[in-house]
Amino acid sequence: MSRGWAAAALRLAVLGLAAAIFLLPFVWMVSFSIKPADEIFTGRLDLLPSSFEGFLNYARALELRPLHRYLLNGVVVCAAILFFQILFAAPCAYALAKLRFRGRELVFGLVLFALLVPIQVTAIPIFLVFSTAGLLDSYFALVAPFTASAFAIFLFRQFYRTIPDDLIHAARIDGCSELSIVWRIIVPLTLPAATAFAIFSVVAHWNDLFWPLIVIRSPELNTPPLGVMAFRSGEAGDRYGELMAGAVIITAPLVAAFLLAQRKFIEGISLGAVKG
Amino acid sequence: MTGKPGGGRGWLAWLLIAPAVLGLVLFVLGPTIAVAVMSLTDWQLGAAEAAFVGLDNYAALPGDRVFRIALANTLVYGAIVTPVSVLLGLGLALLVEGAPAGRTFFRSAFFLPVVSTTVAMAVVWEFLLHPSMGPANLLLGTLGIAPQNFLGHAGTVLPTLAAIGIWENAGFNMVLFLAGLKSIPRELYQAAAVDGADRPWERFWTVTFPLLGPTLLFVVVIALLRSFKVFETVAAITQGGPRRASEVLLYTIYQEGFGFFRIGHASALTMVFLAGLLVLALVQIRLLDRRVHYR
Repeated sequence: MSRGWAAAALRLAVLGLAAAIFLLPFVWMVSFSIKPADEIFTGRLDLLPSSFEGFLNYARALELRPLHRYLLNGVVVCAAILFFQILFAAPCAYALAKLRFRGRELVFGLVLFALLVPIQVTAIPIFLVFSTAGLLDSYFALVAPFTASAFAIFLFRQFYRTIPDDLIHAARIDGCSELSIVWRIIVPLTLPAATAFAIFSVVAHWNDLFWPLIVIRSPELNTPPLGVMAFRSGEAGDRYGELMAGAVIITAPLVAAFLLAQRKFIEGISLGAVKG
Repeated sequence: MTGKPGGGRGWLAWLLIAPAVLGLVLFVLGPTIAVAVMSLTDWQLGAAEAAFVGLDNYAALPGDRVFRIALANTLVYGAIVTPVSVLLGLGLALLVEGAPAGRTFFRSAFFLPVVSTTVAMAVVWEFLLHPSMGPANLLLGTLGIAPQNFLGHAGTVLPTLAAIGIWENAGFNMVLFLAGLKSIPRELYQAAAVDGADRPWERFWTVTFPLLGPTLLFVVVIALLRSFKVFETVAAITQGGPRRASEVLLYTIYQEGFGFFRIGHASALTMVFLAGLLVLALVQIRLLDRRVHYR
């Protein structure tokens, strides 16, 4: 019995140490974000500042760059992407799962192919077309390439296949039109899959750097990661207290959402594993 | 065709799929074909004209120093991050699974780097590893080790970026392993105990490891895919330097395509990148097939 107890204690000790190492960058980030500049440059390792000057670094970070604007851009872009992804994917997935039509195999083949191809592959031609059409440097450029999500179609199709055909049949016999079947039966059943997909999509696009870096030039259109890049390379780059405060501001929304709904987040993000 | 659910409603089906299909053709299929075609030209943005050059862009790749460095660095990065983040993920999953308390806390602690904006955390890491002010070096100093410029030296920059990559990905792998562990029936452990395998590592080798095999392969392929796409930390911290020691494939594509506008060359690089993704995807599909056969 005492050996079991010792093993449990050892296990907790190892886990505690590992967790401390994983969390250390976060702890340091927060710690330096509330330290006055002179305490950062003296190079002491205390976690708490010896003279607490409040959240001055945060105020100054917001003065240096409009970080709230970047966060707002992130919200707008992620919401628009998610809205169109679900709007386009859900009907398509329903048709693929429940309707027979000529060309269905071909469409599903297209979905499987698109599942393989990330934005890094398609970026050059899309950039060239947007550039010729004068569409660069806009919300449209940030959102449009992601509106048709093969992953969403694939996921929703899997989900719709589990809905019994009899249920749909019964509704048809009761005189429901195909569209009211979709609206009254399918949409409510989509919610769990849509929630998981929403988390996957928002995390992916909130954090994406590659595509925004290519299409955005105007600072007022910066997404959160672009905002961090601008912050680092500008005059604020070696004002580390402000830089850490900025990093806290940019990472906080997703981290807070994760801490509030851990299980849903882990479900949603690990779902994306199929996509790689 | 008819008699099945939805038979004879072809027009409706096409109405439902039209927006998505249009989007996929415009933003995925079309551009992919365009990249393949452009990789056969010598087009540079701003040049008066472009010519069809066949496979010249590809033939030039083996002799292209930057491409060779980028490919080698990407492979080295993957060769470090994949095994370490997978084994660490497995270890953490086993520890968390059997933790007597605080399971939710530990799982969240290890998963936190996955949800944190990579670019922001890259900037944090850059400061933490700062040669004179960074707390990492101050900590080393207390152990009597001279400060290191981890991200500023050609010899250490790639392993350091790989370490950040491990920190970012281990929690993701852990979660996949936790799902795999949950699907192992409890009775098998009891059966193993009856057969005399009652020490933890005996249980691991006789039950856990064989049953976790398919999950393990799956996680390895996903980790390879993710490491193959490394970009954020390089773009945010090192820009491929110093002296191209952290040049990776996606960063080279980004620079050639959107910095120097050598469209033909960048398109050929993109096709190489796509080929890598395809190979890994084929392996993944074979593994998924096999996993189905087990059941």
